[in-house]
Amino acid sequence: MLSPEAIANIDYELTKYPANQRQAAVMSALRIVQMERGWLSKESITEVAQYLGMPEIAAMEVATFYNMYDLHPVGQYKVTVCTNISCMLRGSDEIVNYLQSKLGVGFNEITPDGKFCLKEGECMGCCGGAPLMHVNNTEMHEFLTIEKVDAIIEGLK
Amino acid sequence: MAATKKSTMQKTVVKTDIAGQTLVTLRTLTEENPASLETYLKLGGYASLKRIVTEKVKATDIITEVKNSGLRGRGGAGFPTGLKWSFMPRYFDGTKYLVCNTDEGEPGTFKDRDIIRYNPHQLIEGMVIAAYTLGARVGYNYIHGEIWQDYEFFEGALQEARDAGYLGENLFGSNFSFDLYAVHGYGAYICGEETALIESIEGKKGQPRFKPPFPASYGVFGKPTNVNNTESYTSIPWIMQHGGKAFADLGVPNSGGTKIFAVSGHVEKPGNYEVKMGMPFRELLALTGGVWKGRQLKAVIPGGPSTAVVPAAAMMDVTMDYDGLSKARSSIGAGSMIVMDETTCMVKTLHRLSYFFYEESCGQCTPCREGTGWVYRVLDRIVNGQGKMEDLDLLTDISNNISGRTICALGEAAATPVLSFIKHFRPEFEYYIQHGKSMVDGK
Amino acid sequence: MLNIEIDGKSIEVEHGSTIIDAADKVGIAIPRFCYHPKLSVAANCRMCLVQVEKFNKPLPACATPVADGMKIFTRSKEAIKAQQSVMEFLLINHPLDCPICDQGGECDLQDIAVAYGASGSRYTEEKRVVVNKYIGPLVSTDMTRCIQCTRCVRFLQEVGGMQELGMVGRGEHAEITAYVDKSVNSELSGNIIDLCPVGALTSKPFKYSARSWELTRRPSIAPHDSLGSHIEVHVKDNKVMRVLPREKESINECWLSDRDRFSYEGLNSPDRLKVPMIKHNGAWVETDWKTAIEFASGQIKDITNQYGADALGVLVSPNSTMEEGYLAKHLASGLGCGNVDYRLRQTDFRLDGKRVGTPWMGVNIDEIEKLDRILLIGSNIRNEHPLLAQRFRKAVANGAELSIVSPLDNDPLMDIAHKVIVRPNDMVNVLGQILKAMSGLQRLSLCLPPTLTKLLEEIKVRPNTQAMAESLAGHGKDYDLIAPKVGIFLGNMALSDPRFTEMYSMAEAIGGISGAKGGILPAAANSTGMHLMGVMPSSTGMHARAMLEVPRKAYLLVNIEPELDCQHAALAKEAMQKAECVVALTAFKSQALEHADILLPIAPFTETSGTFMSMEGRVQSFYAAVKPLGECRPAWKVLRVLANTLGLDGFEFESSEQVKNTIFGGEKPSHVVWRSLNNNLKELVEIEVKIKSSGLQRIGEVPQNESDPIVRRATSLQKTKYNIRPMARMCEMQIQALGLADGDIVLAKQDKGSAVLKVKLDNHVAMGCVRVAASHELTTGLGDLMGDITLEKSSETDYKPYDTLIMEARA
Ligand SMILES: Cc1cc2nc3c(=O)[nH]c(=O)nc-3n(C[C@H](O)[C@H](O)[C@H](O)COP(=O)(O)O)c2cc1C
Ligand code: SF4
Ligand code: FES
Repeated sequence: MLSPEAIANIDYELTKYPANQRQAAVMSALRIVQMERGWLSKESITEVAQYLGMPEIAAMEVATFYNMYDLHPVGQYKVTVCTNISCMLRGSDEIVNYLQSKLGVGFNEITPDGKFCLKEGECMGCCGGAPLMHVNNTEMHEFLTIEKVDAIIEGLK
Repeated sequence: MAATKKSTMQKTVVKTDIAGQTLVTLRTLTEENPASLETYLKLGGYASLKRIVTEKVKATDIITEVKNSGLRGRGGAGFPTGLKWSFMPRYFDGTKYLVCNTDEGEPGTFKDRDIIRYNPHQLIEGMVIAAYTLGARVGYNYIHGEIWQDYEFFEGALQEARDAGYLGENLFGSNFSFDLYAVHGYGAYICGEETALIESIEGKKGQPRFKPPFPASYGVFGKPTNVNNTESYTSIPWIMQHGGKAFADLGVPNSGGTKIFAVSGHVEKPGNYEVKMGMPFRELLALTGGVWKGRQLKAVIPGGPSTAVVPAAAMMDVTMDYDGLSKARSSIGAGSMIVMDETTCMVKTLHRLSYFFYEESCGQCTPCREGTGWVYRVLDRIVNGQGKMEDLDLLTDISNNISGRTICALGEAAATPVLSFIKHFRPEFEYYIQHGKSMVDGK
Repeated sequence: MLNIEIDGKSIEVEHGSTIIDAADKVGIAIPRFCYHPKLSVAANCRMCLVQVEKFNKPLPACATPVADGMKIFTRSKEAIKAQQSVMEFLLINHPLDCPICDQGGECDLQDIAVAYGASGSRYTEEKRVVVNKYIGPLVSTDMTRCIQCTRCVRFLQEVGGMQELGMVGRGEHAEITAYVDKSVNSELSGNIIDLCPVGALTSKPFKYSARSWELTRRPSIAPHDSLGSHIEVHVKDNKVMRVLPREKESINECWLSDRDRFSYEGLNSPDRLKVPMIKHNGAWVETDWKTAIEFASGQIKDITNQYGADALGVLVSPNSTMEEGYLAKHLASGLGCGNVDYRLRQTDFRLDGKRVGTPWMGVNIDEIEKLDRILLIGSNIRNEHPLLAQRFRKAVANGAELSIVSPLDNDPLMDIAHKVIVRPNDMVNVLGQILKAMSGLQRLSLCLPPTLTKLLEEIKVRPNTQAMAESLAGHGKDYDLIAPKVGIFLGNMALSDPRFTEMYSMAEAIGGISGAKGGILPAAANSTGMHLMGVMPSSTGMHARAMLEVPRKAYLLVNIEPELDCQHAALAKEAMQKAECVVALTAFKSQALEHADILLPIAPFTETSGTFMSMEGRVQSFYAAVKPLGECRPAWKVLRVLANTLGLDGFEFESSEQVKNTIFGGEKPSHVVWRSLNNNLKELVEIEVKIKSSGLQRIGEVPQNESDPIVRRATSLQKTKYNIRPMARMCEMQIQALGLADGDIVLAKQDKGSAVLKVKLDNHVAMGCVRVAASHELTTGLGDLMGDITLEKSSETDYKPYDTLIMEARA
């Protein structure tokens, strides 16, 4: 069951579109549910599809097309490091190596305490601040250094 | 509007060194609190809009002004904006739409983000003027997924504009109404392509549509739609304020106005630089503090990976405008300049880029879906020391076979780096294949 | 018109055509995978790239509109280079497992690779493997072979009406799949097998049973609904291996319903009766034809001699051919017996003798998509005529407004403009409201009988029926239509209803005012043909229902299983039980024929020649695709020999063609048909106004895969969701009103019979109704398909597992 807050948020997104185009809100709806539940289970996708009155498979197509939807649990904090060219040129590999050894996980793995999941990201549109990473799809951390990474991870613990 | 969104305006105090820049779309950067409505109003913001709406300026006059400005689409393709606007059907039974493309996801592109977080109202004003001109009733600004905080911030700016009467019903007491909403992407580079973006707004996978029909006749929800890049729209209020000719005169022939160059990679001060079109590359590089750590320049991707890489020597003579870059057999693209110093291994760089296109292909066209994967696998093999000399011709051939045979321009975008990297740096690739390691870093 | 040039050939094409349309028109082959003329253009496979003068890139022929003066080259160096490169890309990740692939020999990829590909592959990397999917009992998948053309996805969405497949993931990881563990449920799903240009989607029932080149293809006509779809029967070693659609634009286009495609499995069922059998001292013994026929004729003769000719009842399946129907009728009349009928699932015969001609659908099939306004009365169209539903869907997609009056609210997978979901009894009132509202909108120039006028006077028009009337009159949201093309159709539920006369009269009156076309949508392959030939009681004879209500001493059954094919299962069962002699011409051994005395094995449609006449009046003959199984004989021959043995005159037929010629009096069938098709009544008849207004009504729908003896034995179709155990389905309010709960066990009673059922929540059923599927072994104790029923709570112990019950029934 979608929570009342999720429904209120989805309803807000629905105000952006014509009344007969409920499917238009599916991306926000999936995002809202993911933010609330941490990740998108099949059940979550079904609930969203039903709420918007669209075929479940169409919602599934959307959920699997866009990178930022997580169709598997990602722990409490999903840390996504961009490794694309601008970041790579400014040392994202070092940041990745450091994070991997600090957290003791590789990409797409979750720390045993369930806190962190490390992901490789594609360009995040902030290349001026390279190297950079993203926490839980929302917080952007730019101009990363080893020290800064330490501070951020500490802050999350 | 049933619900409204609480403003989450953040305090942005930026100190930017604007020496050498000419600020048009980022003009609020000279101010303390650049993003606020007060700042924008102080700089004469929304005055053009008010004049246009209250004086009922004719749409054709506005389009003429935009044509005179020489403004070309800042999203990468460089299509003349005034001409594009003239394609929108004048009369249509039903809603016409306006879409702004803030989905910048091509590596090295980060200029539109600064517009929405430092000068959102100028974008809003530009869109309202465009809507007035084109008769659009509803607009969407599609914002790149990863910049969530900036999206939220922009939602706040929209609310500010609504509250101040610059958006909504019967603006300035006229019968012109326009609603503008922010839409959030969720991580797909392809949604920068305008028809994929439209599909995404409709709540579908971002798969580009075959054109024709073009968005001007079949866009959002099948209705006539105009799509422009953020920077394009944001140039409009300045053009309407100072006249098309003044804008054109900022630049050089065929490249009117200013352009934001998003400079990343091996420079001292990466960031956005809004300069006059036609600025020599040398000067622009100097503005960024030059190549970092005192190293030598090796190569530049001037407009984002979909534009051809240019070796240092050729780059040093280039002027930063449409014609200047096309003379260097590259293009201005979205102005996403990636600078590489002498320590850069071109094989590994291309390897990473090819992975990007492989991952980001939407998957509908055979050549792009199969070809990008093939290119990546061959490069992967080379980087892992399993390359063969024939692979270089194979890579060229595959890329040529992708290019020009797909629905959208991602096919070309994916082919361009492969073709240009191999063309300009072939010895580096041959070395890698022969020795199983990089000529540059020996690893 | 535009003038263009393709490969040097000048041609004139219509404005708006694409290059591929133009090339197809003049027979220039352009290779393609994603393009299909019946689907939206995706332009994703890129196989159709051609060179066009003045363009520096090759263009996809399927998506590029032609422009005047365009010069197109499909085999230039540029074009060939583009085609070869696309072919190379398509093959790099394709498994190339043709030797073990069912598509082998009829694979577009294989064919086009040979014709347009280059030899050898430069791809040395590892090939992609895609996890396979389960999408149901009919379609087998091998997704590694998929080339992502999305034809299947587009078909289900655009033609099937519901997106059941999708392409999930992105780029090279994109895969075609149904949602999580769901199967594809469309009743048109088999078409995606034909559409798939590679071996990713193949027929599950056909899997690995034959190679395409071993099959002989014979044309035939689909036997399960009255559309008259053209089919191609594929045969190997005198066995039907599969059935595919044969293209007929004006009927089935290039499609086929699953029922018509997969029912062939029933033909090869172990239930097939191969030799004549006679019941001897309660036990079945095999015998030879001569003995069987003589025995049958002897029995019939004895009984008619003893009790008179009307002691015989002849019941003919509406799925039998015209020839069979004709002979059955004449056999009866030769004996002096007028008790013949094909209308086995009808209860209301009050219109007999009142019709001007043969009732039919009133339009041609391909006119449906051009209608502007449609009223469907008592039809669950997807269940009854799956492929016809698709034509309605096209009409709605073209902007038609659909109104529905029905006891069932099943989603027809198209937009409904207006609907009223009520008990069948109340449908008459609703139609009356529409009529009354219409008469306020348009001039009522009909002379109505007093009862109808009285009914109309008492009726109060409600907003929704007012809206329906306005829609039918052409009023629209944005603009009004001056002369809308209106179609009004009555479906199976209306045809089986005891108030059919009222519904028909109302529909006729509404049609009269609105200038509508339309009529009935008869259920079976040859319903219209049977009516045309008058396979119906003589003026003194009994109709199908009367023959069961007042049991006959002897019955001649042609191609039916009485308790499954008749409107009142319990009556049918009892009548057969009481009869002294039941002679059944049947293709199957059957539990439902346990009370028969003589079983004569007849050939199903694939093993005989014959003629069906479709709902639009098309007379379509076909030949046998295979030789009769065992000692089966074509039913027309059996009837002829039986008549001969009975000593009747006028049965000297050597071939089914001769029978057909006799039926049409040597005239061209179409002439006869055009003279006789007519939905008008000689006059509007008096209707019954007073009806019992309370009480629960049964909606005894015949599930689509239970409609006749062949489908009932098609094993794969029986595994689909359309074949589930009958339940007492009701809406929430109705369940509550009866003090029941979802999942309760109830004893359903109708007349003398009953059935133990589970209550199932189904909000598609109108208040006041309970939906209990008919034509099922577990509901043969019940009575009228559409009639009164009572439910009382029963206990879990009465509810036996399905298997046990079937075993008990068969034992
Ligand atoms: C693969 C691909 C990615 C694109 N990404 C962007 C983008 O991120 N932002 C953008 O404005 N235009 C992008 N474009 C260009 C748009 O399709 C479109 O041309 C542009 O938004 C039009 O606006 P303009 O005329 O103002 O440039 C992209 C095109 C392609 C083919
Ligand atoms: S070129 Fe690539 S990204 Fe563009 S539509 Fe085709 S498959 Fe998708
Ligand atoms: S048939 Fe034209 S692109 Fe597939």
